[in-house]
Amino acid sequence: MKIYEFQAHEIFSKMGIPSPRGEVAKTPEKVKQIAEKLGRPVAVKAQVLVGGRGKAGGIKLASNPEEAYKVAEKILNFRLKGVLVKRVLVQEALSIKEEYYSGVTIDRAQKRVVVMVSPSGGVDIEEVARTNPQKIFKLYVDPLLGFKSYEANELALALTKDKNLVKGIAKILSGLYRSFEEMDSSLAEINPLVITEEGSLFALDAKIIFDDNALYRHPKIIGLRDLDVEDPLEVRAKEARISYVRLEGNIGCIVNGAGLAMATMDLVKHYGAEPANFLDVGGGASSEQVGKALDIVLSDDKVKAVLVNIFGGITRCDIVAEGLIQAISKREMNLPLVIRLTGTNEEEGRKKLENEKGIFLAATMDEAAKKAMEVVKR
Amino acid sequence: MSILVDSNTRLIVQGITGREGSFHTQQMLEYGTKIVAGVTPGKGGEKVEEVPVYNTVKEAVRDTAANTSIIYVPARFAPEAIYEAADAGIKLIVCITEGIPTLDMVKACYYLKLKGSRLIGPNSAGVISPGKTKVGIMPGSIHKEGNLGIVSRSGTLTYEVVYNLTKGNFGQSTCVSIGGDPVIGSSFIDILELFEKDPQTKAIVLIGEIGGTDEEEAAKFIHLEMKKPVVALVAGKTAPPGKRMGHAGAIVSGGTGTAEEKIRTFQKFSISVAESPLQVVDLVSPILNEGG
Repeated sequence: MKIYEFQAHEIFSKMGIPSPRGEVAKTPEKVKQIAEKLGRPVAVKAQVLVGGRGKAGGIKLASNPEEAYKVAEKILNFRLKGVLVKRVLVQEALSIKEEYYSGVTIDRAQKRVVVMVSPSGGVDIEEVARTNPQKIFKLYVDPLLGFKSYEANELALALTKDKNLVKGIAKILSGLYRSFEEMDSSLAEINPLVITEEGSLFALDAKIIFDDNALYRHPKIIGLRDLDVEDPLEVRAKEARISYVRLEGNIGCIVNGAGLAMATMDLVKHYGAEPANFLDVGGGASSEQVGKALDIVLSDDKVKAVLVNIFGGITRCDIVAEGLIQAISKREMNLPLVIRLTGTNEEEGRKKLENEKGIFLAATMDEAAKKAMEVVKR
Repeated sequence: MSILVDSNTRLIVQGITGREGSFHTQQMLEYGTKIVAGVTPGKGGEKVEEVPVYNTVKEAVRDTAANTSIIYVPARFAPEAIYEAADAGIKLIVCITEGIPTLDMVKACYYLKLKGSRLIGPNSAGVISPGKTKVGIMPGSIHKEGNLGIVSRSGTLTYEVVYNLTKGNFGQSTCVSIGGDPVIGSSFIDILELFEKDPQTKAIVLIGEIGGTDEEEAAKFIHLEMKKPVVALVAGKTAPPGKRMGHAGAIVSGGTGTAEEKIRTFQKFSISVAESPLQVVDLVSPILNEGG
């Protein structure tokens, strides 16, 4: 689960990480007021959950309150990378001397938490990792002992030899690690971590992503979720325990299992069409679940045909077929439906579906994907 | 031969009295798996499908000489179940549970290494050595004994591939579902290493998906350390960057972990990559028919 920058700043400040002074606003008037109160040039920053907002024009500087008002007018209620900007964070602008990177995440290959710093902050850190890996310093944390303070010192020393700063950076890194570990994050990041001309340290940006699987033990974090900006269909799917991600194409996909769902989408594309979604109904593929999945896929206006690909394993294909017939009969189906059932008792399953109207049966995944492409092109 | 599990496997089912646990206990028994005990704290003395239930893994191991455990315990209790199995001396633990917090798995994997136990999963469909034993939730009927090793991060996609292989008369030595989570007990390389040494296995099918770099590591390992041929399949070419596709592990971020990158790496090391599950059969066929 992602949270907004201003929320991440609040969490960081509780962990002793300093952020520039600032407040959140929903209107240009309020932006102006905050700028007046701060009494300095400000940065107006769109609060959205997508990355790369700076390059997309979501962060603008203003030297006085009037200018802040004008800038806010151009950001608020506009779409940034497809997302409506409802709030901005107004922060005092700093005179920046150095921009560092610091982040905590999980290294899947090492199966360890890794704390990373780099003197080349403020830019695309992945680019640095690719082209200049020696500029990224990593520390793998002992899973049982945690991040030790001498380790924080060592990382700070990799960034600067300035004695006055090392202690402050080490403290920030320890706080960053705590916000990662105590809150079950999958990413806690400050990019850039800045040193001002006056020699002070600030987290200029703040980013935290939480591990969805651990949310059950963090009820306070669940409260930070902003349902308004989530895709309503994705929210509905989540409630029905269906994994669903809306995409751009017009072939609605209903599949059991995440891997098979991705392989199905790949084939749809391979045969020249575009999937409208990723959808995993889960293991059993019961009539009820398939019905809910149909409702979700059919609620997407872009969908011109539905492709159902179910592997009947322990749940036999004839049972899955009966469930499908039931789910379809309860709904008004105006779109062509391509069904591909395979696995245990597939012949019996196919026989049950043969006489249903509006259904195209396919024997293989390839045939199903081709068929779906044909019916939408028709 | 075969790897990890065979007719010597003496299995404990942790969470045997739950809905999943009891259903799959019956399914595994039907396949011929030797289930020697079940464990559910507080339900010791009961029976599930004639299998005795114990309160602790330690007691179960003491009475039955079990050597393998499968875990169907809900996510919030599963890490404890893993520790309990390891502490009782179980050397192979298969964890079916999905939705375990990643940081719990970081600790668990570290602990298991200290204890010398091997973990498959979590979020795994299990391990099957066709004709011998089934330790998992996969449908046994689609498998057939033979000499192809299968290692995969997925569940149903593996069934799809196995089903096509069996129909094409290509049986399997062992099929291992390593699980789709970001941090898992055994990686592709750990399993490939076992297949390379297994006399029954003549070739391997590796089924990967977007996220992480486990496939890239595997490609290098195959190139440097393996003599047996490997056919790969990677799902998720159409997945948009930064979106979750069900599996927590399947996150593409910033250009690494994409299907394209994985496919490119396999090809760089001359490992054949199938376009679709069905094509796996076409690629396997010349290898096995030639090698006898």
